[in-house]
Amino acid sequence: MIDADDAVHWWGLVLAPALLAAYAYAAAAGSAARTARASGAPAAAALAAPAREAAGLLLRRRRTVPGADTLLWRVGIASVPVAAVMAVLVVPVGGRAIADLSIGVVWFNAMEVLLWGGMWLAGWGANSVWGLVGGYRYLIQGLSHELPHMFALTTAAVGAGSLRVGDIAAAQQDVWFVLVMPAAFVVYLVSALAMSFWPPFDQPVGRDLSGGAAAEPSGPDRLVLLAGRHAMLAAAAAMAVPLFLGGGAGPLLPGWAWSLLKAAAVLALLVWAGGRVPAVRMDRFAEVGWVVLLPLVLLQALAVSVFVVAGWM
Amino acid sequence: MAEWTVFVVCAVAAVAAGAAVFRVDSMARATFALLASFVFTAVPVLLLDLAYLGVLIVLMMTMEMVVMAVFMIMFMMNPAGLMPMTMVHNTKGALAISIAVFCVLAAGALLVPWPRESAPPPADPTLQLGEAIMGDDMLVMMVAGLVLFATMVSGVVLATGRGRYDRYGDDLRGRPDDPIRGGVGR
Repeated sequence: MIDADDAVHWWGLVLAPALLAAYAYAAAAGSAARTARASGAPAAAALAAPAREAAGLLLRRRRTVPGADTLLWRVGIASVPVAAVMAVLVVPVGGRAIADLSIGVVWFNAMEVLLWGGMWLAGWGANSVWGLVGGYRYLIQGLSHELPHMFALTTAAVGAGSLRVGDIAAAQQDVWFVLVMPAAFVVYLVSALAMSFWPPFDQPVGRDLSGGAAAEPSGPDRLVLLAGRHAMLAAAAAMAVPLFLGGGAGPLLPGWAWSLLKAAAVLALLVWAGGRVPAVRMDRFAEVGWVVLLPLVLLQALAVSVFVVAGWM
Repeated sequence: MAEWTVFVVCAVAAVAAGAAVFRVDSMARATFALLASFVFTAVPVLLLDLAYLGVLIVLMMTMEMVVMAVFMIMFMMNPAGLMPMTMVHNTKGALAISIAVFCVLAAGALLVPWPRESAPPPADPTLQLGEAIMGDDMLVMMVAGLVLFATMVSGVVLATGRGRYDRYGDDLRGRPDDPIRGGVGR
């Protein structure tokens, strides 16, 4: 599986999770500040709120429900941050990924699909109706956004003629893919929100379900689940840069700085949009996903394929 | 040596997880034991330099197992499939069938003339494998794919509780009578 081009940069195994954690914290702090400002509280003080909440969760004792399937429950919760970290293994920062696999796009997709199993287990294992309904809500959302999401990834891969994420970034020397395939980019952003059950797609952990899949996990378990969710959003934002935004390309600054800046901008856009857009019901989103997003992104893939065959890109 | 160790560990773990499917007492554990078995099977595929196929096995099997969980809720007699259960039914018949299948597969593995020469592996084994499978049998594969898809659609149509006559009435005219309207305003 690992040939000369697939060299693994082991130093990144320390750096990448640290960067991912920093971005995940930024997403949490950003949304906390937004909520605080909306309610009239000072926004700057809210920047430390996620850290305080995390510390509180670490100190709190776990509670459990009789009949919970502890093994599957823990596996499901742990899989959320694990999937996020595994997904960023293939995301290059300034042209260098930890492992720029020849099938990097498929790898990224496989890791995010692990969340389907993880979230269902996190909901089911708790032996609570709220969790179970939350887990199923996540699956319904997944069934609605996954095919458009896969075709958005495919469109970028077709445009570059490669499944290697580094090649896709390198193929955008002349023109960024966001200009060639804007519909695929929009669909990617929508599915990035949905896969990390971020507002407006936060019904799996919705307040109408007393927290849904996150209702029963408490203490450190809850911290792992929520931190993993933020890390998944950060991972999806980081992946948008090599797929659609030219990777590390940009004037003056070095490549790694542009990669980090663009990832931060996409993450900020996602967090901002999550706070602005009204909640999306997953039963209605099912029809939107299949009737609107899927044909849209298929047409986009067709257009890009024609461009490639005609030699325009 | 390292490859050999990884292969042995994953092979044993895949068989053990597969056996666990029939030992556990909950549908969820059986489902995810089966998923674990598939993931352990994907690792030897990766060892064969078939990176695309190996990762695809993980991707497709995860989705498949989770979709199976959805169908459990929708269609199984035991609602949600969440009560204690067993995957073993018709034990005597199942034993005979599984012994027969095992003998056929094991005979195949032993009797097939495996290539002996140690030629260097091709540059793109996934492409080679795809051409070997699909090259001459493309028509068969496409027909099989269509049949599978038609089976899935007709299975869902037969099993659904509310078909188009329930939604649109006997003359199939007018607006659908849905408890929740779809997301695109129909």
